[in-house]
Amino acid sequence: MRKIESSKSSEDKARAALSKPSPLGEDIDLNNYIRSADELPYQDDPLQLPVETKKQMIQAGIILDNSNQRSGTIIQMDHSIIHSLSKQEGIEVMGTNQALEKYDWLSNYLWKAVAVDSDKYTAHVELNQSNGYFIRALPGSKTLYPVQACLYLARSNLAQNVHNIIIAEEGSELHIITGCTTAPREEPGLHLGVSEFYIKRGAKISFTMIHNWTPEIAVRPRTGIIVEEGGVFLSNYVIMKPVHSLQMYPLARCVGDNATVRFNSILVAPPGSTMDLGSQVFLNARGARTEIISRAITTGGNIVARGYIEGNAPEVKGHLECRGLVLREEGTIHAIPELKGTLSNIDLSHEAAIGKIAEEEVEYLMMRGLARDEATAAIVRGFLRVDIEGLPPQLSLELQRAVKASEEDFM
Amino acid sequence: MLEIKQLSVKVRDREILHGVNLNIKAGETHVLFGPNGSGKTTLLMTIMGLPKYRVTKGSIKFKGKDIVGLPIDERARLGIGASLQRPPAVRGVKTREILTACSREQMGRESIGRMAEKANLTDLMDREINYGFSGGEIKRSELLQLMAQGPDLALLDEPESGVDLVSIALIGQLINELLEKEHPIRNRRRAGLIITHTGHILDYVNARTGYVLFDGRIICEGDPREILETIKSKGYEECRKCAR
Repeated sequence: MRKIESSKSSEDKARAALSKPSPLGEDIDLNNYIRSADELPYQDDPLQLPVETKKQMIQAGIILDNSNQRSGTIIQMDHSIIHSLSKQEGIEVMGTNQALEKYDWLSNYLWKAVAVDSDKYTAHVELNQSNGYFIRALPGSKTLYPVQACLYLARSNLAQNVHNIIIAEEGSELHIITGCTTAPREEPGLHLGVSEFYIKRGAKISFTMIHNWTPEIAVRPRTGIIVEEGGVFLSNYVIMKPVHSLQMYPLARCVGDNATVRFNSILVAPPGSTMDLGSQVFLNARGARTEIISRAITTGGNIVARGYIEGNAPEVKGHLECRGLVLREEGTIHAIPELKGTLSNIDLSHEAAIGKIAEEEVEYLMMRGLARDEATAAIVRGFLRVDIEGLPPQLSLELQRAVKASEEDFM
Repeated sequence: MLEIKQLSVKVRDREILHGVNLNIKAGETHVLFGPNGSGKTTLLMTIMGLPKYRVTKGSIKFKGKDIVGLPIDERARLGIGASLQRPPAVRGVKTREILTACSREQMGRESIGRMAEKANLTDLMDREINYGFSGGEIKRSELLQLMAQGPDLALLDEPESGVDLVSIALIGQLINELLEKEHPIRNRRRAGLIITHTGHILDYVNARTGYVLFDGRIICEGDPREILETIKSKGYEECRKCAR
């Protein structure tokens, strides 16, 4: 598919890694999934998509009926880009394949933030890649509204293998909402998504990802982020719906002075869900900063909440906060916060806490006249609230709305 | 308004209160003195209905209704409110949200804002409730919540402990407002029961009746200032004599 010479070595490396298991998460047999899918027709007006499809998308934060609140939209269904549109000058939105054809230089960005031979899933994506999205802000361009990207799994038993490239050129600002979802049914499916982010000097990306899967879907995103001097990467991740097995451990590298990375995750694991999730940040340049915050709730599923910060440069600062709430005792939460420092003048810290809802807090709110279930709901809502610095208010509002909509399902 | 008869209360397996009697009419403020561990907080929390405090004997009537067995929130809705000495922080729940949730008359943002200003808590409205609050902020925030709630009976657990003198004046002012002290006596409807260890609050808030609770029994009832003077000059040791 790609006519790029440099991909030769990537292919070789990928072949060598095809049976390399991931150190984390249940091993998934890729042979259980179908590789090919029909080419799906392009939709000039995605509003014409079936109601059920749109409903799934809305639950993943993708809105089609009021798209003037978006700077651009791209939708990939199975292996086909069925819609892509940029509505703002200086913001590019298209399928990865199209972008690779358009820009020779883009191949230099492939597998630089994520190693192609990380595990069999990255290898599989390299060898069976089926598009993905390319979003880029040209130097100095700033999105007025977020760009939305939807990855939709329509065909049963399909393995979707996407490779996304996101570039914020110098001094630009890019806000993205990604919704990953599937047709509302019970058949299995596999989503493999490689995402590579490049944040150039003084640029900023906010990346809000909502996962809206169904109980038989397995998901293995592989994400790498490279942040240059003064760059900012904000990630907000929300999963509140059942998923069979999900494992991801995105890795951000601050390579320029004063680069900043912030990860916020909101995880709810219903019965039957297995999630192994976390964020890793390497502070490799002077003054780089990070904050990793996760809130995990189990209503019966199993969660491993990881976090890793490594300080390798002077005056870096990092904080890791993992909080877990066990709402039903069939579920487990295993928090694994890790810090590594290699210099003396760095400042890394973490806190982790897991528990059930404190009866004392429920009683306190009941004293103010709230019924027991209202008090419990207020506490859970409060627990899931992560105030996200640097997120545009509209996006913050939408995120809150998404969290609120799902809350009703599990409370 | 509040009628407590022969009330005995156990916490776990230990009886803390032994046959307490207490009567508070509408519009009256009463004060409860007593050394540490005498059962003052137990009495308040039992009236509020916390399940940890188990009534083994006697009755509590509020507005003529026996409330033993009613859950906390129902008592709150009947018109009982409490300010705690050490309330828990509720992470993620903001002061403003609690105030909105507990206000009986569905107060709007503006009137809540005005009240917060009065309590000098404007800066804490969008903070997580009680999280990182200073001692004085906690006391004022508790009173602010009660003002929003507007209970007919306010139970105040050491509203002035750990608070500096300037703040005590403000706290006194808030309590007076809460208990409608600005109204003529015959027009006051709200009742209050205040626990005080030091008695400082009496410099700011007038009360009709004082009690000394000692080892789970009310051993003395009378003019609150007189009781306070006795405690000040002779200490609770003097009360031990009465307790015999």
